[in-house]
Amino acid sequence: MATTAKIQIDGSGPIPALQGFLRGLLENETLGGIMVPVHLFGKGLPMPTLVTDPEQLSGADPLAPAFPMNSAKLLSRLTRGQSGERIAAVMRPCEIRAFVELVKLNQGSMDDIILVGMDCMGAFDNVAYKQFLGDDEPFEKTMEFYKMSANGGVDIAPACKACEYPAPANADIVIGVAGADLSDHIPVMATSPRGESLLNGLGLPETSAAGRDEALEAMVAKRTATRDEMFERTRAATGTLSDLSEYLSACVNCYNCRVACPVCYCKECVFNTDVFEHKPWQYMGWAKRKGSLKMPTDTVFYHLTRMAHMSMACVGCGQCSNACPNDIPVMELFRTVAARTQESFDYVPGRSLDEAPPLSVFKEDEFQETVSHMV
Amino acid sequence: MSQEFEPTILAFVCNWCTYTAADLAGTSRMVQQPNLRLVRMMCTGMVDPKYIVKSLLSGADGVLVSGCHPGDCHYINGNYKARRRVKLLNEILPQFGIEKERVKLTWVGASEGNEFAATVNNFINEIRELGPMEARSMAVV
Ligand code: SF4
Ligand code: SF4
Ligand code: SF4
Ligand code: FES
Repeated sequence: MATTAKIQIDGSGPIPALQGFLRGLLENETLGGIMVPVHLFGKGLPMPTLVTDPEQLSGADPLAPAFPMNSAKLLSRLTRGQSGERIAAVMRPCEIRAFVELVKLNQGSMDDIILVGMDCMGAFDNVAYKQFLGDDEPFEKTMEFYKMSANGGVDIAPACKACEYPAPANADIVIGVAGADLSDHIPVMATSPRGESLLNGLGLPETSAAGRDEALEAMVAKRTATRDEMFERTRAATGTLSDLSEYLSACVNCYNCRVACPVCYCKECVFNTDVFEHKPWQYMGWAKRKGSLKMPTDTVFYHLTRMAHMSMACVGCGQCSNACPNDIPVMELFRTVAARTQESFDYVPGRSLDEAPPLSVFKEDEFQETVSHMV
Repeated sequence: MSQEFEPTILAFVCNWCTYTAADLAGTSRMVQQPNLRLVRMMCTGMVDPKYIVKSLLSGADGVLVSGCHPGDCHYINGNYKARRRVKLLNEILPQFGIEKERVKLTWVGASEGNEFAATVNNFINEIRELGPMEARSMAVV
């Protein structure tokens, strides 16, 4: 039975208690730093921050309901090649799942990293978080969010409402806030041997994560139902090519959704090359053939291509929608497509480091029905 | 579908097998319909899904990918990779009303000129039945 330890919460509340826990980790000589969301400026969004001085953890807020980016990409930066030091990263489940996908593509490494996964109550999108924050004190607002979400009444981002993975998989240490009594203590679990030795070193009292499984189960049930409704709605809105075009009609080819996507893995995306810088006479030719040509061109094409390239790895984090300047529900579309592509290759992104990305491998004897034999 | 509809078919064929077969079909003067545009690739393993998607959005009513038989790929396993990619498109495109019959994968060896001609003729007939791609009449690509 793996260790479950107790992060005791005293009068100052759960955030300082968690900061104290992280400080304890950072004081362990085997860890050189911790990446964790930090309120650096009081206002604005808490950003993933690489902290090496335990004192500087006073702004850390791993519970903040803000999600300005999927930090898997940042962790990929921090683990590609050697830094010589081991670090920890405090991440949401979808960030860890995206990171697992990047590691499989050799764009990151698990070697010198301790993944501290948080049970995830979800987050607002950027606009909604700033509205929620207003002019108030960020830590207080974080606590307000937790009270509200315990009562079930928070308008988190659509991706989070439909996320059926609120518990982190493939972490070394799990902070089990789901179902926890935030006025008393937060259970913290070691879920790998290295997590175990780190956690034991902190000398925290043992406890059990009572109520956590039930809380997670209820969340999963509710979110799965929301997800399935979302699939249905999206399918109904995009069943033909013209419906899809309408769905994407405000797309301006800014590619923010791709930049924000943690699993769009190419160093150089084909859409950033000059392949699609067509000549004026080409546009005129196409327009004449059909009578009119919507500009910019290649929007539907861009999205269909991205689906083919990365839908198998989509972790449903919603950062694509969060990044879209024209409020296109990108996440809904990609998750709906991904549900089918992932199922057809029996692939769950982030599930296991041992499962190769489907397009990187093949079997000789498979998908025979895909090949036509004419004569 | 209307009598006048003549499908445009784009074929991505590998240099070593199907292209050679196409050549053979031509030099043997086999009767072939004029609806086909051939794109010679070094291997079907080079056919990125976006080529197929782009074709279908840009005027093709059907796309054929054809290469060496399993075990015969000159780059060892490009055709197996192509099979996974076509499988993937089979899952994606129908979600947007693009019939999966519009993307066809076959293996046609270098000596199979007859098979090539038959494959292409059948495919053209199938697509003629199916009708034009929706994208043909859309202002959006
Ligand atoms: S497509 Fe969107 S939801 Fe899916 S992984 Fe990328 S950013 Fe996240
Ligand atoms: S859209 Fe395709 S080419 Fe561009 S970064 Fe994503 S996976 Fe790579
Ligand atoms: S972020 Fe929005 S507008 Fe920009 S490319 Fe993506 S869908 Fe189009
Ligand atoms: S060389 Fe013909 S399919 Fe690879």
